[in-house]
Amino acid sequence: MATALDIPMKQTDANLPGHVGAVAVENLHKTFESHKVLDGVSLCVNRGETLAVLGRSGTGKSVLLRLIIGLVIPDVGSVCILGQDIAGLTLDELGEVRKKMGFLFQHAALYDSLTVGQNVAFPLVRHRSGLSKSDRGDRVNQLLAEVGLEGALDKMPSDISGGMQKRVGLARALALDPEILLLDEPTAGLDPISSGEIDELILKLQREHQMASIVVTHDLHSAKTIASRLALLDRGRVVIEGEFDDLEQSDIALVKQFLKQS
Amino acid sequence: MSVAAESGASAGLVTSFFEWFGNLGIFTWQVMKAAVTPPFEGRELIRQLDDVGSKSLPLVALAGAAVGVVLSMEVRASMTRFGATSLLPSAIVFSIVQEMGPTITGLVVSGRVGAGIGAELASMKVTEQIDAMEASAVNPYRLLAATRIVACVLMLPLLTVAADACGIFMGWLAQTLVAPISLHQFIESGFRGSTLSDFLPPTFKTAVFGLIIGLIASYQGMSTRGGAEGVGRAATNSVVLASLFVILADVVLVKLILVVFH
Repeated sequence: MATALDIPMKQTDANLPGHVGAVAVENLHKTFESHKVLDGVSLCVNRGETLAVLGRSGTGKSVLLRLIIGLVIPDVGSVCILGQDIAGLTLDELGEVRKKMGFLFQHAALYDSLTVGQNVAFPLVRHRSGLSKSDRGDRVNQLLAEVGLEGALDKMPSDISGGMQKRVGLARALALDPEILLLDEPTAGLDPISSGEIDELILKLQREHQMASIVVTHDLHSAKTIASRLALLDRGRVVIEGEFDDLEQSDIALVKQFLKQS
Repeated sequence: MSVAAESGASAGLVTSFFEWFGNLGIFTWQVMKAAVTPPFEGRELIRQLDDVGSKSLPLVALAGAAVGVVLSMEVRASMTRFGATSLLPSAIVFSIVQEMGPTITGLVVSGRVGAGIGAELASMKVTEQIDAMEASAVNPYRLLAATRIVACVLMLPLLTVAADACGIFMGWLAQTLVAPISLHQFIESGFRGSTLSDFLPPTFKTAVFGLIIGLIASYQGMSTRGGAEGVGRAATNSVVLASLFVILADVVLVKLILVVFH
């Protein structure tokens, strides 16, 4: 009998050689009331690659992630997910694209009336209706084991720590075997040990699942650990994009200041 | 305050008034689209039917009973003055079934269910649970709003029948304590000469009340901003606006029923 673990990854254009990227955003502009948050951001992330988006608070990092998953609509610019432009899609059409993506919210955003197990099972219940109850249970246990929370199945989100909530959020984000993983401040508000554990976990998941990942963070140490490329955002623009060494060798004052302060 | 400032404030109020209706219209369209397209949320609908229906029943029954007693006492005093005590059962039955029962049910449900939906959805909104639902490719208009609105539409007429029954029974009890009359005689006398068109339209008009309550409370909840204060505001606005629009809709519906059925 096929289990949830046997569900094959969908082959898309993004997997093919020569494709532009799993996530490609171009010239994104977003203004809230009179406040310009993004001012022409263009980025591209390929499968198996992790891009860390760095920047001070309020520079539009989280808005960028929300634009990528379609929770916010850009004023100008395009967002292509696995080769498909998401502009103009209906909510249900967008849902089909979102099934290929996992999103970890900054504060985990767990459903507070559901247990940890039910939170992780939520995407499976909704989108893997062919899965038997026992297969679903196995899949939930496997996901919780991956994030190191085997014993938390029946706990309520309010009964676990912030770090554990983030792990549950990560398990939920991985439930549908996403091809793209978006992480919004995965280590924010956590102590150094928990932050390190989360970083290790993300690295491990990256190695095992080979997803395209975008990590929004202001934690340079975390970004250096988990990302293959980094982009520094300031006042809605990408100031620099490249490997950590490129940032270190940069002459841009803001980059130097960011590296010095972090 | 200067004239210019006063006119500016008035223009702002008018703008927000039309903006509110415009956004409610867009929300209604989204919910309608979600409600008529699969997948249908049968399990969640049943949960909401229970929440709106059976959990409101004791409150609605008590309110209906209280109205029955008050009407019996008030109408008796007036009828005695005009020497028309034989018309007392008809006066009580008609008052309750045609107006008091539906209106009281609408207002009680506005308070209990309107506040509940408004606060629950607002809390989910400010803690990003609704965004998490969307990110998991689940349409929140279908799962959260449509199910609650349909439950309100279906349960209001049934709750109205319960309120009517309790009101008539308690009206009889209050009446028989002063001037003994059997329940059978009271009901027979109360319904004498009446037709179904006297009772069905006022009962089914409460489906419109249900639509108003569900729609306004869901909209207020799902469009909330601003943390705990926003949740409180959403709950209050849900009750106030739902109650107000129930009363205003009643005026229109009563006139419509009189024109169409009499």
